[in-house]
Amino acid sequence: MSNWPLLSLLIWLPIVGGGLVLALGNQRASAARWLSLLIALAVFVLSIPLFTGFDLANPGLQFLERREWIPAYDIQYHLGADGISVALIILTTITTILVLIGAWGSVAKRVSQYFATMLILEGVMIGVFCAVDAILFYAFFEGMLIPMFIIIGVWGGPRRVYAAMKFFLYTFLGSVFMLVGLIYMYMKGGSWQIPDLVQLSLTATEQAWLFFAFFIAFAVKVPMFPVHTWLPDAHVEAPTGGSVVLAAIMLKIGGYGFLRFSLPIVPDASHEFAWLMIALSLVAIVYVGLVALMQDDMKKLVAYSSIAHMGFVTLGTFIALSLVRDVQNLDTARLGLQGAMVQMVSHGFISGAMFSCIGVLYDRMHTRRIADYGGVANVMPWFAAFWIFFSMANSGLPGTSGFVGEFMVILASFQHHPLIAFAAATTLMTGAGYSLWLAKRVIWGDVGNAHVAELKDINSREWIVLGVFAAGVLLIGIWPKPLTDLMEPSIAQLAAQLAASKL
Amino acid sequence: MIPGVLIEGVMTPQVRGLADIAPLAPELLVVLGAFALLMLDLFMDERRRIVTHVGAIVVLLVAACMVAAGTGGQGSVMHDMFVRDGIADVLKISLLVVSAVALGFAWTFMRERGLYKGELPVLVLFAAVGMMLLVSAGNLTMVYVGLELLALASYALVAIDRDNPLSSEAAMKYFVLGSLASGLLLYGMSLLYGATHSLDLATIHAAAGSLAGDDRMLMLTGTVFVVAGIAFKFGAAPFHMWLPDAYHGAPTPITLFIGSAPKLAAFGMTYRLLESGLAPAGDQWHLLLAGLAALSLAIGNIVAIAQTNLKRMLAYSTVSHVGFIFLGFAGGGAEGYAAAMFYAISYAIMSTAAFGAIVMLSRNGFEADRIDDFKGLNARSPWMAGMVLCIMASLAGVPPFLGFWAKLAVLRAAIEGDMLWLAIVGIVFAVIGAFYYLRVMKVMYFDEPAGEPIQVRPGRPLRVVFSINAVALLVLGFAWSPLMSWCQRAFGV
Repeated sequence: MSNWPLLSLLIWLPIVGGGLVLALGNQRASAARWLSLLIALAVFVLSIPLFTGFDLANPGLQFLERREWIPAYDIQYHLGADGISVALIILTTITTILVLIGAWGSVAKRVSQYFATMLILEGVMIGVFCAVDAILFYAFFEGMLIPMFIIIGVWGGPRRVYAAMKFFLYTFLGSVFMLVGLIYMYMKGGSWQIPDLVQLSLTATEQAWLFFAFFIAFAVKVPMFPVHTWLPDAHVEAPTGGSVVLAAIMLKIGGYGFLRFSLPIVPDASHEFAWLMIALSLVAIVYVGLVALMQDDMKKLVAYSSIAHMGFVTLGTFIALSLVRDVQNLDTARLGLQGAMVQMVSHGFISGAMFSCIGVLYDRMHTRRIADYGGVANVMPWFAAFWIFFSMANSGLPGTSGFVGEFMVILASFQHHPLIAFAAATTLMTGAGYSLWLAKRVIWGDVGNAHVAELKDINSREWIVLGVFAAGVLLIGIWPKPLTDLMEPSIAQLAAQLAASKL
Repeated sequence: MIPGVLIEGVMTPQVRGLADIAPLAPELLVVLGAFALLMLDLFMDERRRIVTHVGAIVVLLVAACMVAAGTGGQGSVMHDMFVRDGIADVLKISLLVVSAVALGFAWTFMRERGLYKGELPVLVLFAAVGMMLLVSAGNLTMVYVGLELLALASYALVAIDRDNPLSSEAAMKYFVLGSLASGLLLYGMSLLYGATHSLDLATIHAAAGSLAGDDRMLMLTGTVFVVAGIAFKFGAAPFHMWLPDAYHGAPTPITLFIGSAPKLAAFGMTYRLLESGLAPAGDQWHLLLAGLAALSLAIGNIVAIAQTNLKRMLAYSTVSHVGFIFLGFAGGGAEGYAAAMFYAISYAIMSTAAFGAIVMLSRNGFEADRIDDFKGLNARSPWMAGMVLCIMASLAGVPPFLGFWAKLAVLRAAIEGDMLWLAIVGIVFAVIGAFYYLRVMKVMYFDEPAGEPIQVRPGRPLRVVFSINAVALLVLGFAWSPLMSWCQRAFGV
């Protein structure tokens, strides 16, 4: 098993499988569903050896595959995964299975195309997490756009065309500057490999330009304030599965990009602009959190809460940099980076679960307006239990995964400045505010109207989806050690890289 | 009379036998083929026209094979009028194959509308000869002869639907503006001759570097006119006015032809004139091309957004792609020209596929050339919609499709040539341009079918050719290495 090109299999099995599902045609819906599920399960099984076979003592890239691809341009088919990648890849494989199960009955139009697009998207996203060649990374990074564009536009809500276009153009505009930056570095260093780019020496001016090239690409993806406006539109209009993938995985690619490119390649510029990043993260946490309070559409509310939670990821990332450089506190810096990573994985589960819950309600009621609900707990007790659990996790209750990451980031921030920690900690109030208020209006109280009274509780298929999400949230909340152990060596190495100036 | 030779005072006849013009073998084959088919056509009954049509395709493909096999060998013949080198070979193979594909698309379409005339394949063959001479030109006269042979054949092809006012108008505009462009080019050439006393590109190259004073001024003025002529022929802004009308008015398979292969020839012409001939004025024309590139990118991409007709939209998209080709030229150096050539070949493949899609979906009385005609295509034919998706994504430059790698190559060339600003202009407009390609995807996938149901036309061979063409964009996106090395080898990178 150890000689298998695991990463290649993980990328290409879903993409080729997606092609097969597409070939089945929309008429054979049932076959398409089962085949897709089978492929997704196979991909998940293949991703397990990444975790079990991972050498925790080795901070570098593992499962390496390296082949010449385009010798004329020195582009290589170079794959590898460290602890950070492995965590995110497994998150991707689990989420995809749940998305496919979730879509089983709720997607009735062009079934095989939906399932196939999801599978292709899965392969491309895994590619993003394990590409070591910068151009390969870029190809996967952009390759995601078309499948997601199709998912939002074909199976989305009433304003889907607007949302799909906005999603595509925003992210496309963000990423092209990164391409110019990458070409510039290639001209300078003669290599596209990320480890070589990390070694490349760059002047302060070059670093500043490159920092902003990366910043635009990844900030749009995360998304950070003020380039977050595409997200609420995309989330609201996307079908349930699209929203889950978007929130659970695609946003993580922004955070992953900061860790993989901005911090190690342009550490000095990142340090110089860390104040800006910290400020923008705090705006996301405080202000966007307040915005979430005001929403009357459930999906929009969760979308804004996603932006606020992703603020912790960028906060943890850049606080770590300031801690390393200004306070020389490497241990706390590692805590910040760990916090950011745990928050990414945890948010993957929680936001995926929240959007799945909303999908369950939407399938039955075909409305996302909060005012159309009320007293759902009376008719859907199991569903209500899940919802309340995920709301608690979303507001960062200890014992759930939402607490771990946020707490680590707040602790790290405190070492830098208590005021930053204080501002970040307000999320515990606003988060509880919007999550619990939403629960109050939707779940508790008397049955809101006749439609709610007719609701049926979740079926076994929905039980599986929400149950797995709940298990993930609980597991990371109670026992995060396997996850942090997995990522620790890579994060320690990253923190050490940050300490060394390139100037 | 060849003035260049007169001045050198060498009048030894170089062509004594066929062996002396061996490198011309592929051109001769196409010329002979054209004459033979023209005669054959006279005795051909209407129902057997397919014989001449297939004959023309075979002639083009055999010529391509001859070039690829190196029949006749490389070298300069006829007092260096004709240069056959690696660059010429790559361009000839590409343009012959693309022309053959274009002819393949023409058959059913033109027959159905009663537009098929025996001259059509012959005109395409003559245009092909013109293009082949153009990319092999070693002398200003040869540039002009090749160009006019191509242009006259193209005017006639655009006018082939002579009873259609739109077509006639298009042909008229194409002819008038094309003649103007030829005039500009010819005037520029005369100035160059005045400055350097030669029509031979190698001699001009040698002389241009040592010019000073008024002669240098004359040479530079000539260069400006030559660049303007090139921009006209390429369809680069602000000399692009003829392009949308000609593309829109011509029958779609003709648009497919004039929109694909001649771009390769134009690339060859630009390279011969500017690099082989006027390289000493490189500092000046690099800037001119950079300006033309920026303008083309801006105008092409912005105006394309406003189009409702797919052919017009693709015409403006051509303008923007020409901007990208110029990006590679402006970057300069062997690496830059290889990148520009890679872009030109990639673009030729993409544009045959794009216009091919319109041919595939049209039938008599329904041109399928409005963007709205593609509404709900996915519901009718997922395969066809998938193919068009590949084409549009490739034109927009989304990885992993071929169009992205072509953009990567020219961006790299521009950055390498110290034109970072131009690269940034390029990518910003690429993003703006993505919008109108996305709109085509949007009507195919997001909208429900409306009005007359759109159908994919029957005809298995055509469908196979089209599918191969479109799938090639994806396959080459993964395996573009051979194509790139092929271009690089031609320039000795």
